[in-house]
Amino acid sequence: MEKKWFTISVYSENSVGLLNRISGIFLKRHINIESLNVSKSEIEHVSKFTIVVYTTEDWVRNIVGQVEKQIEVIKAFYHTDEETIYQESALFKVASTLLFDERNIQNIIKDSNSQIVTVSRDFFVLAKSGRRNEIDDMYQQLKPYGIMQFVRSGRIAVTKSEMKISSLLKEFNQ
Amino acid sequence: METLKKEKAASTKQSTMRITGAEAIIHCLLAEGVDLIYGYPGGAIMPLYDELYKFQHKLTHILTRHEQGATHAAQGYARVTGKVGVAVATSGPGATNLITGIADAQIDSTPMVCITGQVARHLLGSDAFQETDIIGISTPVTKWNCQVTKASEIPEVLAKAFYIAKSGRPGPVLVDITKNAQIDEFDFSYEHCKGVRSYNPYPKPNPKAIEEAANLINAAKKPFIVFGQGVILGEAEEQLKSLVEKAGIPAAWTVLGLSAMDTDHPLNVGMVGMHGNYGPNLLTNECDVLIAIGMRFDDRVTGSLDTYAKQAKIIHFDIDPAEINKNVKADVAVLGDSKVTLDLLLPLIKTNKHESWHNEFKEKYKIEFDQIIKNDVYPTKDKLTMAEVIEEINIASGHKAIIVSDVGQHQMIACRYAKFKQTKSNVTSGGLGTMGFALPAAIGAKMGAMDREVVAIIGDGGYQMTIQELGTIFQNKTPVKIVVLNNDHLGMVRQWQELFFESRYASTVMVNPDFVKIAEGYHIESKRISERKDLKSTIKEMLASKDAYFLEVKVEKEDNVFPMIPSGASVSDIRLK
Repeated sequence: MEKKWFTISVYSENSVGLLNRISGIFLKRHINIESLNVSKSEIEHVSKFTIVVYTTEDWVRNIVGQVEKQIEVIKAFYHTDEETIYQESALFKVASTLLFDERNIQNIIKDSNSQIVTVSRDFFVLAKSGRRNEIDDMYQQLKPYGIMQFVRSGRIAVTKSEMKISSLLKEFNQ
Repeated sequence: METLKKEKAASTKQSTMRITGAEAIIHCLLAEGVDLIYGYPGGAIMPLYDELYKFQHKLTHILTRHEQGATHAAQGYARVTGKVGVAVATSGPGATNLITGIADAQIDSTPMVCITGQVARHLLGSDAFQETDIIGISTPVTKWNCQVTKASEIPEVLAKAFYIAKSGRPGPVLVDITKNAQIDEFDFSYEHCKGVRSYNPYPKPNPKAIEEAANLINAAKKPFIVFGQGVILGEAEEQLKSLVEKAGIPAAWTVLGLSAMDTDHPLNVGMVGMHGNYGPNLLTNECDVLIAIGMRFDDRVTGSLDTYAKQAKIIHFDIDPAEINKNVKADVAVLGDSKVTLDLLLPLIKTNKHESWHNEFKEKYKIEFDQIIKNDVYPTKDKLTMAEVIEEINIASGHKAIIVSDVGQHQMIACRYAKFKQTKSNVTSGGLGTMGFALPAAIGAKMGAMDREVVAIIGDGGYQMTIQELGTIFQNKTPVKIVVLNNDHLGMVRQWQELFFESRYASTVMVNPDFVKIAEGYHIESKRISERKDLKSTIKEMLASKDAYFLEVKVEKEDNVFPMIPSGASVSDIRLK
């Protein structure tokens, strides 16, 4: 079976130890988590894990089944890239002198649609949100000038289709 | 805790009283109907033991000789009663010693609650004496676990623990309670847990799937049922029998499904799997509809998945959605509690006989009988066989005993040849294959079913892994019957070495102690036999004894268990020799 990128969305209670329980499911199957993001969701007191893996559909189905089986997981889903709207964020810390000495830096900022978050005497920080390849492109462009620090977030994604968590919770409360 | 409070709770609220966390644990256990627990004391759990002392008239604590023994005893108790088994241990090594039993309960879906002591909250993370991260360690092998650091959290967490352990597909739950939480006082009240919003233990059966299943079964020419422990856990034994009889379908058990159906039922055709019966394995690849009920297509059942029942439509009944399509793709998946789904299925099933199909099983049985069973059960050679010992126990107990087996050759022989009339009578470590399981599990099984005969069948290897539990048997005068089938080898590994490693017997020869003397040291009546003429009378004597009894049977050293599906081979490649 062909390997693909999958985004796994997990709606869960906000409980200590659940991350360990979920990551153990990947560990046991020797599947690498390519990116992980945990945040609040559209529902109060419900957390959302967004996990990106590169594997086969058989495995992602197996994993989602095991994840959903965990007591504190309300529901888990998997989607392909085509079925989601997704982004990552990155921060670039670059020396301030470049802003004045290198004319091309200003072009990179403009072309990449990135924002200047802060400027100080020694450095300035650029923020960029977008697909991974856009961030990678920007990285490659800035690299020759020297990147003092770089960090990229995990993928965040929303799905084109509905996930019906609210109705699930409503059903329980009845 | 916030979400816990939001969960639905029953109306069994008691009036509040100001007590310590340790006393609260006792009241929680009593409220859950627990009257027997297994465990081992130590520093971080001492406040609880102090309360156990005060409440000993209401709650019996059995001191095992090792924490692992406490978990297996709790498992044995749970497996014969259907209730939640409880094991208690201290922090650090006490807690880590529970892990094997917890892993065993997880893979074999046994309801169990383990309570561990933990260092005081202010010491957490300081590498304090006997501090260990038991939550981190037990996470992959528990259905749920939770650390409690405040006394006031105890009732809600324990109520949730029992609910989760028992409901849906059962499993082990560990609750780790810091010492300060045991000591501190709070206003106690208890409410049973009736639901957890993120957990759906009983999926609603889909009528359409049931209808599709019925249509496939009604149209089938060669239907075949494989039943697992899900039938026992769902208490669907009567429904299974009705289905088998109404539709005339041959049915076979998995190791854990054994005893869900009378072994002498004419349509109960034997065991599937690596050392299962010839017909059920071979005909798995001949049937046109395979009906799997409460089983999970373990690799020891299926052999190579690439060649497993490819010709058949698969109907999979299970309570756990994660089991559907995990190993074998189901054409029809029926989610739900086996009793509920089979009850819905039965009215849609047409009466049938399938006589010629059933005859195929009979023919295969004849082949297996002539080549294997005859020599196993009615041997003509000098040395005793394991199977003839099991057969004598069958005869002497009238198929009524609970058989607790360990892991290895004797286990496969017991699962092949033991006869059962009653459900919940076969207690063995199936999924994990835990050597050392049987002796402590037999203690729990006996305490859970005092009116029944409990016979532990153990190999000389596994016996020595938990032999210290003879002390528990002696101290509590637990009348279990212990049969060690001694071949002076780690028999199953030796068999594999003979068949697949050119008889290089690496570390499988056991130089054993005098087992009879060891039992005598614990003042347990004991006997050793090695000749056929003594077998019948000794087994009778053992079963007639009102007390614990130890019997060592010296059996043939280098017997092999057949039939056998070599690891990774197809069920069609089952070997008779």
